[in-house]
Amino acid sequence: MTDKPADDKAPEQPAVEQSPENLPAAPGEVDERGRRTGMFGVSGSGDTSGYGGLVAPVIFPGSAQRPYGGWFDEVADALDTLIADVVIHRGEITFHVARENLVEVARKLRDDPSLRFEFCSGVSGVHYPDDTGRELHAVYHLASMTYNRRIRLEVSVPDADPHIPSIVAIYPTNDWHERETFDMFGIVFDGHPALTRILMPDDWPGHPQRKDYPLGGIPVEYKGGSIPPPDQRRSYN
Amino acid sequence: MSTDQDIYAGSTETSEGRVFTVSGQDWDQIVSGLAEEGEDRVVVNMGPQHPSTHGVLRLILELEGETVTEARCGIGYLHTGIEKNMEFRSWVQGVTFCTRMDYLSPFFNEATYVLGVERLLDIEDRVPEKAQVMRVLLMELNRISSHLVAIATGGMEIGALTVMTIGFRERELVLDLFELITGLRMNHAFIRPGGVAQDLPPGALDEIRAFIALMKKRLPEYAALCNANPIFKARLEGVGHLDLEGCLALGLTGPVLRSTGYPWDLRKVQPYSGYEDYEFDVQTWDTCDSYGRFRIRLNEMHESLRIVEQAADRLAQLEGAPVMIDDKKIGWPSQLAIGSDGMGNSLDHIRHIMGESMEALIHHFKLVTEGFRVPPGQAYVPIESPRGELGAHVVSDGGTRPFRAHFRDPSFTNLQATNVMSEGGMVADVIVAIASIDPVMGGVDR
Repeated sequence: MTDKPADDKAPEQPAVEQSPENLPAAPGEVDERGRRTGMFGVSGSGDTSGYGGLVAPVIFPGSAQRPYGGWFDEVADALDTLIADVVIHRGEITFHVARENLVEVARKLRDDPSLRFEFCSGVSGVHYPDDTGRELHAVYHLASMTYNRRIRLEVSVPDADPHIPSIVAIYPTNDWHERETFDMFGIVFDGHPALTRILMPDDWPGHPQRKDYPLGGIPVEYKGGSIPPPDQRRSYN
Repeated sequence: MSTDQDIYAGSTETSEGRVFTVSGQDWDQIVSGLAEEGEDRVVVNMGPQHPSTHGVLRLILELEGETVTEARCGIGYLHTGIEKNMEFRSWVQGVTFCTRMDYLSPFFNEATYVLGVERLLDIEDRVPEKAQVMRVLLMELNRISSHLVAIATGGMEIGALTVMTIGFRERELVLDLFELITGLRMNHAFIRPGGVAQDLPPGALDEIRAFIALMKKRLPEYAALCNANPIFKARLEGVGHLDLEGCLALGLTGPVLRSTGYPWDLRKVQPYSGYEDYEFDVQTWDTCDSYGRFRIRLNEMHESLRIVEQAADRLAQLEGAPVMIDDKKIGWPSQLAIGSDGMGNSLDHIRHIMGESMEALIHHFKLVTEGFRVPPGQAYVPIESPRGELGAHVVSDGGTRPFRAHFRDPSFTNLQATNVMSEGGMVADVIVAIASIDPVMGGVDR
């Protein structure tokens, strides 16, 4: 486990307190990233359960409130105006950063003697098709070996304009990671020295990890029965 | 014999220059061909099918004579879409996929994924002690088997075949233990959210103790065979140099980082699964080269053996303790047993759900068909795999399947150092440098 802040100053912020499901939140503060309908994953057939009309929002952990506790505040203070939002969930802190600030934030995190996030674990993409206007998220995990801390940066961009500045100049390790995220999600990292596909063949059409890219597969037949491919089986949403 | 008409190993003219197809024993043809061209610079495609590139790794080397002026990697030949597939299975089924990524260290893939899921479920503190100890035991046995392969294949690639044969001999013993405990030699899917799949079988502790005793005799053989061997040292010392700044910039972890003298081991600095309760030392070396990495792997096997010994002692005290969380909505309810018709759910469990408890039947049915739901959010719990920092970025949207699972595989990241480690050196040293990174292509390409 990471060196978590001492308990005396850190107000425990369990999910139940942060989650808008349990606490009335002001409009606009809820991080809703989609909706889920029904209960048992039945669609296209007659709904006999009576739950088919159920609509539940998909709500991610909301913004954390000051004080965040311990070193979380130190890092947040140092970044201050450069961050758009802070989420603390399960003891991990996430800084949401606007893409125009990403390079400055990364440089500061690496170079500031009081922060010293020397190590970047790479970037991982996530595609939220229903998070309108910010469908593509790039998630960076950073570690400070000097202070034994871990943080997460999250940059979200619209699908229509999937550009994020590259931080390869700051963390050279992100070279292949950014290529992979481009390959899998189509996020274009501006300023990357050679942004080409890395895992898929060079002439591959589409970006496989996006939610609108089908998994593919054929039904498997066995002793007269037929099992549909995984993406066509019943899913319990 | 004339080689001009060789249909298998001919040469063709292209706009980029003359292209030779090499098929073995035709070096003379290339040499004379190049002399005709008056060309010193050769671009060699090494792999993806080559015995000494550690699997399907393709190297593109630009050579001047025998000196490498540029080296690049081509990867992706083993991409199987494991991360995508996991999005279409339940949280528990995800384990069966990610265990296949880095096939030399399956338990580490499972563990980092499961730790992420457990953090999202907020059950980290409720995983039973015995499950934690068994995880540590299996991971450390796995570290031994993985390092054995690293040393064995590394030795084979420089022509030390005895190192290879004895390395695989000992690895076989570890795989036998895996088979005894999990039922499989690899692709175990044994570590599950909430605990582990099955209790230790009877007699397992005795087998583990016998293994420890045997390994204490056998591990020194590697040291005797290699440590001071002049040929071995000549091939490894000073090769694949990468200092601390280089490691941090390129994100290298594991034995490569520790060979710079920096004692960064997540088991010590950010303990998980109860590693803080075990006595072991972080192994470092200060030469920044392939020889240092070899010595670190050798020493780490001794340390892993120490941990296995402590874990076995603790397991002896924990006989009969639960290995799965007692939360009926998360913990897989059944244990497997051998019946008259082969392996299946234990009869006790069948009796319980069919005859005794309606609730148990409902839980079983819900868990097996639908699986459990994980609250929305994301988690990243990195662990120290034999190759460095292995972490799973697990994202849930509150459903019964992973919304996204991305693995930060150390082989993938460490392979980026190929060019800095091998440019300016000899062709033969490229192989040694890559062997010292110990990439596993299943993990690189996922």
